[in-house]
Amino acid sequence: MGGLQKKKFERGSATNYITRNKARKKLQLSLPDFRRLCILKGIYPHEPKHKKKVNKGSTAPRTFYLVKDIRFLLHEPIVGKFRDYKVFVRKLKKAYGKTEWSAVERLRENKPTYKLDHIIKERYPSFIDALRDIDDALCMCFLFSTFARTGKCHVQTIQLCRRLTVEWMNYVIAARALRKVFISIKGIYYQAEVMGQPITWLVPYQFSHDHPTDVDYRVMATFTELYTTLLGFINFRLYHSLNLLYPPKAIVVTVLHLMFSFNAFLQEDMEKMEAREKEQKQQEAQKKLFEGLKFFLNREVPRESLAFVIRCFGGEVSWDKSVCIGSTYEVTDETITHQIVDRPNIDQQYINRYYIQPQWVYDCVNAKIILPVEDYFLGVTLPPHLSPFVEEKEGDYVPPEKMKIMALQRGEKPANEEEEEGEEEEEEGEDEEEEEDDDNDDDEEDDEEEEAEEKNLKKMEEQRSQGKSLQVKVTPGKVKVENPARLEQEEKAEEKRLAIMMMKKKEKYLYDKIMFGKKRKTREANKLAAKRKAYDDAEKAKKKKARK
Amino acid sequence: EDEDLSDSEDSVYSGLEDSGSDSEDDEDEEEALDAAADDDEEEEKEEQAQRVEFTCQLTADWLRLFSVFSCRMSPDIRNTVGNIPMEWYRDFPHIGYDLDGKKIYKPIRNKDELDDFLDKMENPDYWRTVHDKQTGSDIILSDDQVELVNRLQRGQFGDVNFNEYQPSVEFFSKDVMIHPVTNRPADKRSFIPSLIEKEKVSKLVHAIKMGWIKPRRVEDDSRGRYYDLWSTEDSSILAKHKMHLPAPKIPLPGHQESYNPPPEYLFTDEERALWEQQDPSDRKLPFVPVRFSSLRQVPAFPRFIHERFERCLDLYLCPRQRKMRVNVNPEDLIPKLPKPKDLQPFPTTQSLVYQGHSGLVRSISVSPSGQWLASGSDDGSVRFWEVRSSRCMKTVQVGGAVKSVAWNPNPSVCLLAVALDSVVLLLSPSLADRQVVSASERLLSGQDEVEPAEGAGPVTWGEAEGEELNQGIRLRIQHPKAVHQVVWHTKGDYLASVMPDHSSHLQVFIHQVSRRRSQNPFRRNKGLVQCVSFHPVRPYFFVATQRSVRIYNLVKQEMTKKLQANSKWISSMAVHPGGDHVICGSYDCRLSWFDLDLSTKPYKMLRHHKKAVRGVAYHRVYPLFASASDDGSVIICHGTVYNDLLQNPLIVPVKVLRGHVITHDLGVLDVTFHPTQPWIFSSGADATIRLFT
Repeated sequence: MGGLQKKKFERGSATNYITRNKARKKLQLSLPDFRRLCILKGIYPHEPKHKKKVNKGSTAPRTFYLVKDIRFLLHEPIVGKFRDYKVFVRKLKKAYGKTEWSAVERLRENKPTYKLDHIIKERYPSFIDALRDIDDALCMCFLFSTFARTGKCHVQTIQLCRRLTVEWMNYVIAARALRKVFISIKGIYYQAEVMGQPITWLVPYQFSHDHPTDVDYRVMATFTELYTTLLGFINFRLYHSLNLLYPPKAIVVTVLHLMFSFNAFLQEDMEKMEAREKEQKQQEAQKKLFEGLKFFLNREVPRESLAFVIRCFGGEVSWDKSVCIGSTYEVTDETITHQIVDRPNIDQQYINRYYIQPQWVYDCVNAKIILPVEDYFLGVTLPPHLSPFVEEKEGDYVPPEKMKIMALQRGEKPANEEEEEGEEEEEEGEDEEEEEDDDNDDDEEDDEEEEAEEKNLKKMEEQRSQGKSLQVKVTPGKVKVENPARLEQEEKAEEKRLAIMMMKKKEKYLYDKIMFGKKRKTREANKLAAKRKAYDDAEKAKKKKARK
Repeated sequence: EDEDLSDSEDSVYSGLEDSGSDSEDDEDEEEALDAAADDDEEEEKEEQAQRVEFTCQLTADWLRLFSVFSCRMSPDIRNTVGNIPMEWYRDFPHIGYDLDGKKIYKPIRNKDELDDFLDKMENPDYWRTVHDKQTGSDIILSDDQVELVNRLQRGQFGDVNFNEYQPSVEFFSKDVMIHPVTNRPADKRSFIPSLIEKEKVSKLVHAIKMGWIKPRRVEDDSRGRYYDLWSTEDSSILAKHKMHLPAPKIPLPGHQESYNPPPEYLFTDEERALWEQQDPSDRKLPFVPVRFSSLRQVPAFPRFIHERFERCLDLYLCPRQRKMRVNVNPEDLIPKLPKPKDLQPFPTTQSLVYQGHSGLVRSISVSPSGQWLASGSDDGSVRFWEVRSSRCMKTVQVGGAVKSVAWNPNPSVCLLAVALDSVVLLLSPSLADRQVVSASERLLSGQDEVEPAEGAGPVTWGEAEGEELNQGIRLRIQHPKAVHQVVWHTKGDYLASVMPDHSSHLQVFIHQVSRRRSQNPFRRNKGLVQCVSFHPVRPYFFVATQRSVRIYNLVKQEMTKKLQANSKWISSMAVHPGGDHVICGSYDCRLSWFDLDLSTKPYKMLRHHKKAVRGVAYHRVYPLFASASDDGSVIICHGTVYNDLLQNPLIVPVKVLRGHVITHDLGVLDVTFHPTQPWIFSSGADATIRLFT
């Protein structure tokens, strides 16, 4: 009887979690401020294991934060700044209302600001941590840098984003860090390898944005605030790792004319760089993919992306003077090897250069070799553009174009390729099917043999019962050819089947699930292959018709 | 002069409006203007005479005049309606009243737009014509009036002659004049410091002290200035972040997302329709793959900002959890069992088929010598087969569907018990040595004299006669109800029969053949008895009811154990020849192995069959057991039992035997092993018996 009564929800998981509203009240912040703080500090909600326990018996849907996280936020100096800002706004309103302009001015001058340096340092204690998490930052900055001055965000933010992204691209060029490029319907994906970390970012196409109404730009702006700070520090460190000056002067001056600055800036430092880099990068031929090639961009191709990619791999690039400043040579230059054109035909053509479509550049980068240009001439139906991010495992579907490229990489001649590959593919398809059927086959075959015997027996018996006069016939027996390998295989398959029978329920479930997933994968791969085959057949038929 | 001025004032500016309506007025006005001009001249003279006060007053007058002019506040002398919107008189023929109270009529005019336009084109004075709303007449401004308007518009004084830059007179200068303007002595407050000022200053001082007023902040450009943040990498912060989960990266795009994907990745019409029907959360791809023939045709992605925003929301709103993804090789999950090859011998192939029955074969039994096989079928016959040749040696028509046959396990006699309807028949098939046959005859007939003692019990023993006798039937044991199963004791003298019935305690009888005695061992009904079995060595008796197996000690007449088979409905049971293990097959596809030394729960549940298990059997010599099921398969398992109590039995499935055809949803009905060889017989619903060796 003695002792204190135990109360519910005073220990255990109920005390480890706190709802969002309570956390907000504890921090004395409004919801937008709380949201902003969570974004900046990287605090995210947690899903408790027993929601009802944590929710004190209620099943209402709530967001829970860890109490520890919220306590951690309590010590954040930025919270104080948020409160200061609130006070500042209040004072400013008051001064406006009273039309005390001097007070307004004074208040404006003392507008509270905050810095995010310590937060960056806290969230990313080491540089590699920061690099690992830079993907989103880059995507966001590239997006914001394409915004027009429509009032969706501050102009300074747009300019800062632009500056930082240009600096980043500049670093990628200088370090020759670009690895993969992919033109998707969403935008252009780039993947660079910086300090061993693969970093992927997506750049939208250069169109003005149709700003959606159901997007909260405040949230995005808060993220951008954090990301610009992060990206700035990362750029600084990266530039210093290459012995470059940060911020690069040439770029800061003419942020808007990106490529010009590249030219001006690169020529200074690249000379120094190259001597050092050459030793390291001789192994990697990819980095010098376009070295010695001279490109000219027509006005209708995406200049910034192409110039970036070509420069990343050591090519020289220029464009028409009227498009943008920074062009280094004219169309008439005789040493140009490739002119990138994206129109059905062109009037004046030079003999000593290739006229190719822009996809060639991207495909070359992904294939890591200079691809034959024939498929990319003007007006030609382009070969499919494949994603370099897909790594096919065994049993996955591999598009025939990829096989072609892989063959080219291995150094095989492209002649007769199509036929070979077609065969290969078919074979593979068969193999897969066979494998699938294997299990069933084994059982069936045994059964079949037995059944056959039984049929014979039945026949004989019927004859016996019907006619009584049994036609006794001795036929020479056939020697059963037994394939020892096949037998062994069958034996093994049976062994496996028996062992599967002995599995525990739990393991069996897991095993079935895994096998189901595998089967689904093969099914999908088969489906793709079938689709491709149907398409190819249709194409062939068309060609034949056309010939007739 | 003052009066004159006031006069002129009125006229000057009313003239602007009225001129043209009245010639007299015009003249008046001109005079007035002249007068004003005169005034100005005079003023100039006076200025020259430095008559200061007058100039001041004059300027003030001019100011007043202009303000009045601009406000259009002047009273009109001809129209007395006052300052009202003149459209109130729009529908009347008059436009107001003159000083005498007579109506002022609107001038008769009906100008339309065209007239107006023509007037504009042709009338050279159109530009200086002003419409007077109060009189409804057009006034043509004179040159002077136009000039005045122009000057006023330019912001100049109305008077041409007025010099706005005349030298000002210094009233208060540093020079001490002989005649001061005022001669008042200085105020006291000019000697003592101001209290109000002091208060204000002290307020400011206080505010500065309290830090409310700060000095103008130096422009802080440290924001947006970057430095080497990670110059010193602190391990203490690292420790704090152990629990932090970095957000997962966005999955990388596949071939489908390409602007020019391979044709197999494009949607067919059905796939597209499916995609459109699906809920956005169910879709495999959040977009439809599209193909563009060249890069210039690729449009902007309409949901780009949405997708970035959703990523933002994911980053700060999604709970993160460390999910342990099981990355197992499925091969590792398969238990490592000894190879069946090493566990030989066991039956592997079907070698003989015994055909002859026309109904489903419910039960089979092998003679203890292993030479004969007896089978009972629904066609009402019991057949005897020679095992090695598959020949049917003998057919006995018993006149009813045979439920169960059991060969006497005693090798020195040759007897078969057959259960059909409510009778248990004892057959002497005479398929053995004469010695054995005679021994069995002796066993059956030896105790003839004792028999009549109990005739009143529920079971009656009777001798077979006539034709039956010729067929080999020797004894009929008449039961009160339908018998489902007969089982022999190992020694071959006792025989147990089962009559499943819910409501009665008369479900099991134990008969003693040599003494022709029957007894019912149970006084109470403990559930529907499915099957019974004798312990091979000790005086125990196993009774399987629907869900459990009870073990009775026949000597002590008590229950020793109750095994809980975790299944719904037990169908069959077999006891290991050692006597310490029991297997039970059940209609819910399971086979449970009990180790009597371990516990009353099954040591192992085997779910090998897809359908109900109908029969189970142990091999007498080899460590094998088998189960037959409705899915038409017989599964042979290796089950080694160790003498060592610490070691649990090893159970390995070694072979799945198929052969029986499933008819009427029934597959294999009974299964038994050969007593000495590793062979197995199975009887099925397809009226065949098969031997697997």
